[in-house]
Amino acid sequence: MPTSPQTSLLGLKPYQGAWTYLHCKHLLNRTLFGAKVADINAFKNKGLVASVDELLNFPNNLPSPPLNEYNTASYTDPNVLAGTTWIGDISLDGTINSYRRSSYKKWLLSICVGQERNIREKLTFFWSNHFGTESDTINYGTMIYNHHQILRTNCIGNFKQLVRAVTTDPGMLRYLNGYLNTKTAPDENYGRELQELFTVGKDGGAKYTEDDVKAAAKVLTGWKIDASFNAVFDSTRHDTSNKTFSPYYSTKTITGKTGANGALETDELLNMIFENTDVAKFICRKLYRYFVYYYIDANVEENIIKPLANAFITNNYEIKPVLKLLFESEHFYDNLYIGCQIKSPLDHVVGFLRQYEIAFPDAVSDYADAYFLYNNMVNQLIGMGQNPVDPPNVAGWPAYYQAPDYNELWINADTLPKRNKFTDLMIETGYTRNGKKIIVNTIQFAKTVCANPSDPNALIDSIFSFLLSTEIDASFKNNLKVQLLLTGQSSDYYWTDAWNLYNSIPNLINFNIVNNRLKALLKYIMNLPDYQLQ
Amino acid sequence: MERRNFIKNSLALLAPTMIGGNPIHILQDHPMLDTALLATSGNDNVLVIIQLSGGNDGLNTVIPMSEYGNYYNARTNIAIPEKKVLKLTENDATGLHPSMTAMQNLFSEGKLNIVQSVGYPQPSFSHFRATDIWMSGSDSNEYLNTGWAGRLLNNENPGYPDGYPTADKPDPLAIQIGSLATLTCQGPVVNMALSISDPSSFYNLIDGTNASVANTNAGYELSFLRSIAKQTNLYTARIKAASDSVKQQVTYPNNSLASQLKIVARLIKGGLQTKVYMVNYGGFDTHAGQVVATDTTTGAHANLLKVLSDSIAAFQSDMAGLEIEDRVIGMTYSEFGRRIKSNASGGTDHGSAAPLFLFGKNVRGGVFGNNPTIPATATFNDNVPYQYDFRTIYSTILQNWFCVTETAKTEILTKQYPLLPLINASVCGINDKNSTFAKEALVYNYPNPFNSATKIEFKTKGGHTLLQLLDGSGTIIKLLVEATYNFAGMNSYTLYGSGLVPGVYYIRLQNEDKIFVKPIIKM
Repeated sequence: MPTSPQTSLLGLKPYQGAWTYLHCKHLLNRTLFGAKVADINAFKNKGLVASVDELLNFPNNLPSPPLNEYNTASYTDPNVLAGTTWIGDISLDGTINSYRRSSYKKWLLSICVGQERNIREKLTFFWSNHFGTESDTINYGTMIYNHHQILRTNCIGNFKQLVRAVTTDPGMLRYLNGYLNTKTAPDENYGRELQELFTVGKDGGAKYTEDDVKAAAKVLTGWKIDASFNAVFDSTRHDTSNKTFSPYYSTKTITGKTGANGALETDELLNMIFENTDVAKFICRKLYRYFVYYYIDANVEENIIKPLANAFITNNYEIKPVLKLLFESEHFYDNLYIGCQIKSPLDHVVGFLRQYEIAFPDAVSDYADAYFLYNNMVNQLIGMGQNPVDPPNVAGWPAYYQAPDYNELWINADTLPKRNKFTDLMIETGYTRNGKKIIVNTIQFAKTVCANPSDPNALIDSIFSFLLSTEIDASFKNNLKVQLLLTGQSSDYYWTDAWNLYNSIPNLINFNIVNNRLKALLKYIMNLPDYQLQ
Repeated sequence: MERRNFIKNSLALLAPTMIGGNPIHILQDHPMLDTALLATSGNDNVLVIIQLSGGNDGLNTVIPMSEYGNYYNARTNIAIPEKKVLKLTENDATGLHPSMTAMQNLFSEGKLNIVQSVGYPQPSFSHFRATDIWMSGSDSNEYLNTGWAGRLLNNENPGYPDGYPTADKPDPLAIQIGSLATLTCQGPVVNMALSISDPSSFYNLIDGTNASVANTNAGYELSFLRSIAKQTNLYTARIKAASDSVKQQVTYPNNSLASQLKIVARLIKGGLQTKVYMVNYGGFDTHAGQVVATDTTTGAHANLLKVLSDSIAAFQSDMAGLEIEDRVIGMTYSEFGRRIKSNASGGTDHGSAAPLFLFGKNVRGGVFGNNPTIPATATFNDNVPYQYDFRTIYSTILQNWFCVTETAKTEILTKQYPLLPLINASVCGINDKNSTFAKEALVYNYPNPFNSATKIEFKTKGGHTLLQLLDGSGTIIKLLVEATYNFAGMNSYTLYGSGLVPGVYYIRLQNEDKIFVKPIIKM
């Protein structure tokens, strides 16, 4: 029995082993928020390289924006009609923005649940955790939307450009007080986090100094937000003195510039920071923890992080080549890492909804009911400790950075029962809005997951392979088959008969006979601790 | 006694929503809400339910000696030889399978009641559907999505599981051992039973060890998750403490049923306030090879019955040794019995009514009901018709063992059912507390089933004698005789069929301390 995490000695050489259902599901579980049966089948047929290729290369057709779905009998948005988008309406009104923040989260859930077969949403979420903005602080719906669109459109582009865009993004300027950072009253907030959390990081022993934080803050003085929610550079607020950095940055001096040229100092600052190889290593460690496993020892640092970082630098901070290298590596597919990741709440909730292909009302044509139901999912996430786009602070959720526990921090005596209650609830009652119900259709699920659901052995095997990534021994599965599908009967054909009877005479009693047994089985499997792993 | 008003107004108005994180179903339509209910049970009595999965062959379990010739003719290839049948004290008309010596002894001690031909109208021959009917207590053509014991426990604990365990109710309300949560304890919101599904995991719990995991990072994380899962089971510590506190038990036979019952005994003695325990024993679906052809007293069914008999006897003996037999009774049931006529494979196919066992010190010993009538030339479709609706057993347990009020009992069972004299009257201080269970038949009728009329003969020992006609729901629909006789003897009454809709009725005789209930069928 393992008493500590282990690391694989396999490196970044391409994986040459068999492309099995398990390997395929492993890749999808890490790059999507849960995989549907059809997703696994499609990628299984493609093979590894083509699968990674499809996951990483996707058109930039962004989802249609969030809508005003929040008008009620007692509240009407004065500026935006119901059913139309609010993202272009700049408003400082507290009530309006409170509705829009909430609207954004519901919309985000709809986007995650409806994601296409690519890494975009999983990666967008990675960056939203990385930059760690809290929508509560940004406050304005439009800025929140724009901030996350920057992350979404750049998610698999160039990291340096992404940092540049985020640095003068109004949402970030507001979140880390960049817009208050002036020559007379410097605010070091962004200058600090830019280094500590967004680029060189602290975990690799980066030796930037407090003076570097101050110097960076001075470089960044002058940015503010105009009435149209655009970032503008106000040279009258810019500190035009020369800024000299520590030996960590090769004692670089950024010469103070006047007028509009002051804004160019921001680019110089980023160029200087990105000269440091700590940036690539810091980001590669974080990507590794997000996509593979949190445990990094000297072996992984040497054989995975360093070569990944080198590739990152060689490719001028393009994100895609790094991910391609990782997802095609023999390290990624080592049995040690299959199913070892404790799901985040988002993985758990969205993954569940996708696994069972829960059908929500259309988020555009039937937006009111759809957003209402997605809000139930947001509330579930909040209960489990992950209020989307509202991490506890700028560092993001501790599960993504806090040594030594990392992902284990998601699970405690409060959150684990909530995860189980969620899956139970979606099996038993679901949620209903205006007669529209989101609930697990057990019979449809059985048909989707298994080619021959009338055979209880095939059905149990298919369900376990699909829902779990851990190895389950045959006697345990057989025990569940007897107790739950056969409810104590000793012959498999009683399940077969019941299934066939329902399919030929689908009345309520025949339905309940099959449905009750499937419900009990699915609830049981999802209450196994194994279901918390992916 | 704990009294909790069922908060109809606040709960019933809620659409499906969450209260304290728990799903609440729509309750408006549930019959439980028809009347305000009070928590009903004040005693610490325990019921142990033994489910015999597969459909036990009742006719080879409890053998109708008064019908032996027809019985033998109907199943020559599997019939138990007459002289091998175990005799029951003062009950020559009925005997037990030869492998059930332990239960024969229990019968002699007055701790076993054999209820004849338990079933329900329009029986289902499907394992799944019949099991659901038994567990939910529904009619054959009705669907209930709650269990009968679940409704009992919900009646007493309407808020469960929010806030549970409480200071008053620190223990699981019900425990299912050896299988997963079943419909029996399904309440309107959640299952009221804690399942200890895997006996080995139970022993791991008791011993404080962990199940093994793979030597991978997934295995490492799984160990972590399991440790948290264990913490979240709020009942773990109580169960472990209860189990640990019992140091000495009788020797149980080595089989899965006995192992389950042994755990139950520990938990009861260890002080858990759990009211209902459920255990499961399977393999009764004996379509073929039920017996060894050369010796029909041996074979698969004989082995099953031996396990059943030995396990129950060991459990009962443990109850006595642990000094808790006053407050524990057990009940066996199977989803159906089997056909009267055996098949050519040396087995029997799915049937309908079958005997049911109740055991315990406070069970009234004896055979309740008449032997089933076996046709002289049974055909493959012949079945044992039911004499006692299984819900009359539930009704009796609820009211005469758990001392639930009649109103609450009717709500729990969703209809009215009569009481049968199966449990010592002193337990709940019922009205006819002086009555004793009549071992001999005190009521006969002919013809039965009947159409235009049936002649009822009843035996009185003299004194106050009451003869009532009850409908299938247990409602008294007619007082046939109320008289005080000066002498013992047989009397008769002719019941006319006009005005009676076809179905099962009961003739109930109450003569001083003696009660006898006989089912009759109007065609």
